Amino acid sequence: MGEGRAKDEISPVADRVLRVLLPIAMLALGVALWELVVRVGGIPPYVLPSPWLVFSTLVSDRALLSASLLVTLTTTLQGFLLAAVGGVGLAVLFNQSRLIEYSLYPYAVILQVTPIVAIAPLLLIYLPQQAAVLACAWIVAFFPVLANTTLGLNSVDHNLVDLFRLYGATRRQVLFDLKLPAAQPYILGGLKIAGGLSLIGAVVAEIAAGSAGAGSGLAYRIVESGYRLNIPRMFAALLLLSLAGILIFFALSVLSHLMLRRWHESAIVREV
Amino acid sequence: MIRCDRNVPVGSSKSGTPVVALRGVGKSFANDVVALERLDLDVWSGEFVSLLGPSGCGKSTALRIIAGLSEPTRGKVEWVEAQGAYAAGARRIGFVFQEPTLMPWATVAANVRLPLKLAGLAADAPARVDAALARVGLSGFAQSYPRELSGGMKMRASIARALVTETNLLLMDEPFAALDEITRFRLNNDLLGLWESLGKTVVFVTHSVFESVYLSQRIVVMTRRPGRVFTELSIDAPHPRDERFRTSADYAGYCRRVSEALACASAGTDEAPTGS
Repeated sequence: MGEGRAKDEISPVADRVLRVLLPIAMLALGVALWELVVRVGGIPPYVLPSPWLVFSTLVSDRALLSASLLVTLTTTLQGFLLAAVGGVGLAVLFNQSRLIEYSLYPYAVILQVTPIVAIAPLLLIYLPQQAAVLACAWIVAFFPVLANTTLGLNSVDHNLVDLFRLYGATRRQVLFDLKLPAAQPYILGGLKIAGGLSLIGAVVAEIAAGSAGAGSGLAYRIVESGYRLNIPRMFAALLLLSLAGILIFFALSVLSHLMLRRWHESAIVREV
Repeated sequence: MIRCDRNVPVGSSKSGTPVVALRGVGKSFANDVVALERLDLDVWSGEFVSLLGPSGCGKSTALRIIAGLSEPTRGKVEWVEAQGAYAAGARRIGFVFQEPTLMPWATVAANVRLPLKLAGLAADAPARVDAALARVGLSGFAQSYPRELSGGMKMRASIARALVTETNLLLMDEPFAALDEITRFRLNNDLLGLWESLGKTVVFVTHSVFESVYLSQRIVVMTRRPGRVFTELSIDAPHPRDERFRTSADYAGYCRRVSEALACASAGTDEAPTGS
């Protein structure tokens, strides 16, 4: 934030306005250029729809698309919550028992490194469709929470650990009053990654499930519209997916800021 | 050249009740570093004693052993369960680390309350926290977060935390080493004030000759590799001490004697510095 100001010598207010206005201007420019290319070149909509057509499709198909958006968002949110609870829970369990950590950690890594696109079709065979989609979102999203929380729980100031020992703290007190609060910034960092990943997991699973039938999420709409050469609707669904991702990231950033703003360096705005 | 002579008269303060005594304490670490060897140390009730030595002489290790944070590999720590006021809680220890060691996510008040919370003493906690903060001059900062405080204020909060329980032994591990000189002098004065008014026993680890002379009744000079007591000197200047003592000829004289003892202790065993 500060660097730009130092470079270009502009006032803080102007800086803030520019931070909002410049990306919007770039967007408007890009969209206008796109519209112009489509119109001047006479490109048919099944090759490249104009932004205006995408927008009007968004409006005309709103009932269908918003229902699909709701399905995808629900899956994403459920997957995310499971990932948050599962990731933090497993990390705490690993932290409390080395034996459990040794037994399970390698499998957590294996789940993470095996590409989800390859796991999804298998899950769809063994699980009901909705459960399979949820499982995909969870598998992709839980690992960053687990890894970050583990790092956070192990990053506690050693002197504070000594202090807790000196005052005879119980394991429970060490966990809840020391380790978990100290791990907060790491956990929130993990959640931020998990938010985006759970959307990816949901989309991958919906696409894998697409041919299997009963899906109705946004990703399924994209596949379906592709088969029907309904390119404007593909774009409209893609736009919604992208907006959903932005919304998730923004919500998690706000949460992180609210929880850390009083004490953590990452959330402090320094006055120069 | 200084004449090294270990028969420096031993302090006259060996009276009263010892709180804790180290008997032949040795500590070696897994990497074969011998931090302490046959260390004998008595800490007398109500005294202000400094452990002074070059870095790596094991003075912090000795303090951690007294605190029970580290187990001696040889020898033992004897707690003298005295009668009277200390009978019930002879081992109530307050520890002040080299760094303030505050929880950054909690307010100053919550940090100071921590020992009470961990002990399950919630009843009169707010009053005791307020009293402890008032003692160190941080009354107005109860709701501040540690990062909003200066280095000296963080250290004050750390001292308040050590005092909030009914501590009778206050262990301090180079608490002011990282502070600027002005802040350090002020905290030295305030610490002396607290010691005089509260009557706690203080074991203070430092590598500063000037700080140890200003604060202590007794200075235990330690050698390096292995860490053991080289000699001890008593500083008989009366309390309360203030800036007049710091600039007096007596003070300069004590500093010279302690410096000589420290030089001898450092030269004694192991000439080549091998790092900490």
